[in-house]
Amino acid sequence: MTEQFVGRDSEFEEGGRRIVSVGRHEIGVYKRDGAYVAYSNICVHQGGPACEGLTIAKVEERIMPDKTSRGLYFSATERHIVCPWHGYEYDMRTGEFVGDRRLKLRKYNVVQRGDEIYVVV
Amino acid sequence: MDLLADRGRRVPVEELNTTTLLSHATRQAAQRKFEDMMIVDVDSHHYENESFAEVLPFMENEVLRHLALGQRAKGRGSLLPTQVGTQDMGGRITRYPLRSSEKTEGAAVRDVTLTHRWMDAMSVDYACLFPTGMLNVGLHPQKEMEADLCWAYNRWLTEKVLPEGGGRIFSMLPLPLGDADEALRQVETFGDRPGVTGFMVTTVRSDLPVHSNALMKVYRAIEERGLALSFHSGPNWGEPIFKSCNRFISVHALGFTFYNILHLTNWVVNGLSERFPKLPVIWIEAGLAWVPFLMQRLDHEYMLRTSECPTLKKKPSDYMRDMYYSSQPMEVQDMGALECTFRMINAETQLLWSSDYPHWDFDVPSVIYDLPFPSERAKHNILGGNAARIFKLPPRNDKQRENLIKYGNLAA
Repeated sequence: MTEQFVGRDSEFEEGGRRIVSVGRHEIGVYKRDGAYVAYSNICVHQGGPACEGLTIAKVEERIMPDKTSRGLYFSATERHIVCPWHGYEYDMRTGEFVGDRRLKLRKYNVVQRGDEIYVVV
Repeated sequence: MDLLADRGRRVPVEELNTTTLLSHATRQAAQRKFEDMMIVDVDSHHYENESFAEVLPFMENEVLRHLALGQRAKGRGSLLPTQVGTQDMGGRITRYPLRSSEKTEGAAVRDVTLTHRWMDAMSVDYACLFPTGMLNVGLHPQKEMEADLCWAYNRWLTEKVLPEGGGRIFSMLPLPLGDADEALRQVETFGDRPGVTGFMVTTVRSDLPVHSNALMKVYRAIEERGLALSFHSGPNWGEPIFKSCNRFISVHALGFTFYNILHLTNWVVNGLSERFPKLPVIWIEAGLAWVPFLMQRLDHEYMLRTSECPTLKKKPSDYMRDMYYSSQPMEVQDMGALECTFRMINAETQLLWSSDYPHWDFDVPSVIYDLPFPSERAKHNILGGNAARIFKLPPRNDKQRENLIKYGNLAA
């Protein structure tokens, strides 16, 4: 296994992202709520750069007890990684494609040593 | 550069460079040795509205030209009918908001530079370039404006853009079908120009009977020249039947297929394939899932109401199997259904790969190449061999020549 230096925690802004390459692996590393996650930069759809686009809150719909809709809103808790080629959206916590959660971005481990952040390949 | 996300949050993204954005497609091409295959994209786009300052002076009528040039000024109305919709999904498709920021150098035509960038990234040898906003020209309430805008675009494209394309960019020119005489004049004027392989009808119009007697001379002129006739579809939220839709996904999913279904039905039922047997007819940008539906539906009705289609000498689906279909956006959801579709349309000889790049739901060539069921011959044909045969496009290297000959798309 190889550890690739990603950056310093003190310099990694909350909600930020870095793309690192380790051999043939392209990896997107995200910081959310002080924790790190890392995923393959290869979209499960057509192979686009899944981690190089927007991150955006999940869109939800308010369905009331009487089954009527009260419109769309942004989730306060779930954020998505969006592939810029076609808009495939992935749950940032799990790497799951939200349209079919059986499909996932490959996940990589991230380790922190002091102020230094590493991704493990 | 920052893009707007949820609740005003801004997300930094790299500046747009098409070559960089498509670097994964470039890697796919190298892994699959696409350089050995001739790859032809029969449906790609540019944003001609960004060049209207060069296009509109080609308008012939001085009054319409004055109106058009004046309308370009900010806040003074639109030149073309526009579509309500959010193709870029609020910036999720980053190349939309970033497009104007992409840098190009030198005196080269910007649209040619950008087109060559994505072609090279995907290993595309030839691309058929279509406009974007002009796909709505058929909805223009002034038929003389429709005709003059087509005239201006066709002059600009054939005189300023295609000659700079290095022989790799061709087009099927938009046809102002709202005026048959004018459509014929444009076929006669532009049909023999280099890079013109046919003419395109924008099908985003529900009031046009493609079987109108007035149009027969237009189709005949295209057929006589050995050119192709294509029907390019699109969405239209303003169409009465779609006014109940509350999401763009609904209008987009139904609109492309709806218009092609409408016009293809009129084409087949009225026996136009019998009247123009040598005219290649291509149905563009509606995916493929609608074709088996329509084949079965029309065949069923035809068996019961044959007397309404006296010109037909075989079933509607048989005529449909003689037509060509562009592949994008290919519905790769149920592999069994897709395999059945390929069988029903004779994909090996009738299907033409298309990217639709740079639009939001583009397909890369590996969408075809990676399918588990087509033969090697079918993959070569769909990705480029069929188009090479129809449009008479030469191979760009010895290996491509060898493969075109091997699969029957080029005489030895």
